Amino acid sequence: MRMKSTIGIIQTGGNNSRLKELSENRSTSAVPVGGKYRAIDFVLSNMVNSGIANIAVITQYNFRSLMDHLGSGKEWDLDRKTGGLFMFPPYLSGGDSGWYRGSADALYNNLTFLKRSYEKYVVIAQGSCVYKMLFDDVLEYHIEKNADITIVYRDMSDFEPKELSTMGILHVDEQQRIVDFEEKPTNPKTKNGSVGIYIMKRELLISLLEESAAHGWYDFVKDILIKKLNFLNIMGYKFDGYWRNLSSIQLYYKCNMDLLNPIIRYELFSENGKVYTKVKDEAPAKYNEEADVRNSIVADGCIIEGTVENSVLFRGVTVKKGAVIKNSIVMQGSCVEENSSTQFAILDKNTVLTNGKSLKGEPNLPIIVGKNVRV
Amino acid sequence: MVKKEIIALLLAGGQGSRLGVLTKTMAKPAVLYGGKYRIIDFSLSNCLNSGIDTVGVLTQYQPLRLNSHIGIGKPWDMDRINGGVTILSPFLKEDTGEWYKGTANAVCQNIDYVDKLNPKYVVILSGDHIYKMDYSGMLEFHKKNNSEVTISVFNVPFEEASRYGIMNTHENGKVYEFEEKPQNPKSTLASMGVYIFNWDILREYLLKDNGNAESQNDFGKNIIPMMLKDERSMWAYRFSGYWKDVGTIQAFWESNMDLIKRVPDFNLFDHAWRIYTPNPVKPAHYIGSTGSVKKSIAAEGCMIYGSVRNSVVFPGVFIGEGAVIEDSIVMSDSTIGKGTFIKQSIIGEKVAVGDNVKIGIGDNVPNELKPGIYNSGITVVGEKACIPDGAEIGKNVVVGMDVGYEDFSSLNIISGKSVMKGGECE
Repeated sequence: MRMKSTIGIIQTGGNNSRLKELSENRSTSAVPVGGKYRAIDFVLSNMVNSGIANIAVITQYNFRSLMDHLGSGKEWDLDRKTGGLFMFPPYLSGGDSGWYRGSADALYNNLTFLKRSYEKYVVIAQGSCVYKMLFDDVLEYHIEKNADITIVYRDMSDFEPKELSTMGILHVDEQQRIVDFEEKPTNPKTKNGSVGIYIMKRELLISLLEESAAHGWYDFVKDILIKKLNFLNIMGYKFDGYWRNLSSIQLYYKCNMDLLNPIIRYELFSENGKVYTKVKDEAPAKYNEEADVRNSIVADGCIIEGTVENSVLFRGVTVKKGAVIKNSIVMQGSCVEENSSTQFAILDKNTVLTNGKSLKGEPNLPIIVGKNVRV
Repeated sequence: MVKKEIIALLLAGGQGSRLGVLTKTMAKPAVLYGGKYRIIDFSLSNCLNSGIDTVGVLTQYQPLRLNSHIGIGKPWDMDRINGGVTILSPFLKEDTGEWYKGTANAVCQNIDYVDKLNPKYVVILSGDHIYKMDYSGMLEFHKKNNSEVTISVFNVPFEEASRYGIMNTHENGKVYEFEEKPQNPKSTLASMGVYIFNWDILREYLLKDNGNAESQNDFGKNIIPMMLKDERSMWAYRFSGYWKDVGTIQAFWESNMDLIKRVPDFNLFDHAWRIYTPNPVKPAHYIGSTGSVKKSIAAEGCMIYGSVRNSVVFPGVFIGEGAVIEDSIVMSDSTIGKGTFIKQSIIGEKVAVGDNVKIGIGDNVPNELKPGIYNSGITVVGEKACIPDGAEIGKNVVVGMDVGYEDFSSLNIISGKSVMKGGECE
């Protein structure tokens, strides 16, 4: 019930070029994942499942896709009279600069939202991560440890070492207090990576943002968390579950393939609440006589007459006779025509792979076909 | 307030007793159909797709499932400020109060609802049928012919005509005679139970019919003949396309199977005429490395490790390794154990079938207790039943709702037998 007194803030990230074509026209938080979801569905559902009913989504780049997806928040039960879903794209007014100059600046620009709310706590989380977590446990820990700020981290041993250099790396002491925090270090000293979830009191956040703005500092991690390490009691909360940040093509591809694993799928979809997303009213998937589908995820609205193996098919995908899809991700509304084949490929929305064409990428370098492209 | 030109009244109170255990706890319109829908979704979606945003749903028999399915009408865009969906159940009046006696009586008891909206036309629908129809075309026809009542008809094969209400018309479509189940049919135009009336005229006839103690208060049996006798302007509107009254176990099964052919008789994939229903909150379905699905439809949330052929699988179904499902319908959230074989059966919601079970084997012997219902070789397992490992179940068997392991006196249930909760026989 404590979560009722908590605001959720979702940061939807900067301009990520490591996702290449996938984020060309969409926010990294709006990247389609797992057959029917967008990345942001996971954090949003986590918040809703934790009882948070007042949620702000801070956007900057390519936010139209995100706005389309979230709408009034109906699917997450966030079309409310009190609280609900708020979208905060940058805007121009009196003294504001318009464009957000950093994550702290983005929050500062929407200080009114924080000030006019009356919830005691704030959970800040990222929109582009796939995981299942109830924030209740984190808040309980935060209160029990008498922390000023609690940062959720995780042992990132299951990531490639080079990925650690793109994360915030933490050092915690025996009491779990964070004693060092390196943002994107070239040589990470530990494997404890921040998952970008922070809990603190709303009043504290307001004063930290005001202080930072007064100094002309704009970054939440560098200018607030790291600068305050020695002045505030900043605690680490270790999360042991599955977690992936969809920050590069490789991570994106692997995360989708991870969902073929029943243990990961169970953790994400069958425990601690459901994952909500925008509904599309498609008919159940239809398999014709020639369909040969194995170890794959298939969404509603697909019509399958070909072979599909180790792949993720989003809603409304057509796989025609003789087509072979292996180790690939095929997004909504795409069509793989007769006798064409894909291997280690990502086909964005509404693409067409015409008769007999063949696409082949590498496991670590999947080939990408951009939205609406006909190959 | 924007005045409504037309509103719909959807008759959803029918029990559908020939669907046996499928309608034990829900009215026929609430029965699951087509991999994710309930039968009533088709009429409701037709309304939405035809531009009708005000629908009164008349319920009577076991309305709980229907009420929670419809809710405030969100999936059909009927959560409106002006209009929307209203559930109309029988209610007590100051000095009277009674169940709906017939279809016409049901509407008659809700005259106040229609009067308040004051539409020019009312379309009367049945929530029992599977079809896609644009009621706005029918309304155009109704207006063009200065009709007072228009009845939607479709052509049936001559030899089946005696099972329907048959409209005898002039060449231009004007109706001069209506015959209920005629022995020697003069035409093959069968009524689909879809009527458009001018409200003022229908209102008058409803009251007249209600005053007649002899009447069965039925549209087909009483209102239409009465209007014909008075030489009211009555027209038949021809519908061509898929239309099924899934009134029996066999018709229900066949109609589900109509969805799985390469070019299905009934197309659910038409984006210009979507069928809406509350969407389950479940991930896309997963086919395991040992799984195989052919000539079937499968909905979200399923996990399929076995083999599925010629079947319809609803959301959240688990099918274990080595299981074979053929020519069957498996409804939401049921679990099929490893190595189990199911043929020509209807498995209800939340059923747990154990490992190495066989269902639908043996001779085609009609059910001993209810030969009128279970006689087409199809075995039906009711909601939430549990079937123990190794059980062998024949054809035309019915396993009742909530049946548990203890209700199986033997693991061998031969064709035509029934297994009921607590051994009860209805």
